[in-house]
Amino acid sequence: MPDSARISIVVVSGTLERLQMAAMMASVGAVSGNAVTVFLSMNALQHFRREAPAPAAEGPFGKLLTEKKAPGFRHLFRSAAELGDAKIHPCSMAVDVLGLQSGDLEPWLAEPLGLTRFLADAQGGQSWSF
Amino acid sequence: MAGRTVIDARGSFCPGPLMELIARLKFAAVGEEFEVLSTDKGSASDIPEWLRKVGHELLDTREEAGVWHIALRKTK
Repeated sequence: MPDSARISIVVVSGTLERLQMAAMMASVGAVSGNAVTVFLSMNALQHFRREAPAPAAEGPFGKLLTEKKAPGFRHLFRSAAELGDAKIHPCSMAVDVLGLQSGDLEPWLAEPLGLTRFLADAQGGQSWSF
Repeated sequence: MAGRTVIDARGSFCPGPLMELIARLKFAAVGEEFEVLSTDKGSASDIPEWLRKVGHELLDTREEAGVWHIALRKTK
């Protein structure tokens, strides 16, 4: 696989619009023949707890997302993993800071990952942050 | 040959129609045909683009009364 077909996505925001855009890129990228790795940290990770509260909108577009029939970001990330073999990792530091135990997070997430490993895997490919 | 399976994704937004199609294709046999119904204009161009990229066959695409009909065959 060429480097350009490896996509690494860092998600740190907990706002609906950024989570949605990251999920759209991860899902479409993964089902289009790219190797997608997602790294969830900071304010983003809390939204991947089981039965997490809905994220707040950043602006008017986020409010529209909730009103319209846009596919939910969790559904899209899960589709990326299940249909496109995307690897969606919680940041191991964020897991520790939030005091999360195994079983607190969505079961379709991959194992927690450290930043050193994520950066090593991302080297040479496309990288995106939200 | 069995008829075309219709995937009614009307009312959904990008990338919902594409993801619904892919979920169905994953468990379909080679040669099966599908027709995606979508009211999302972006999906009407994105789905044919995705078919070209991954190698499935686009059979037909047309718009009727604000609904795009995208017909395709699974080829692999």
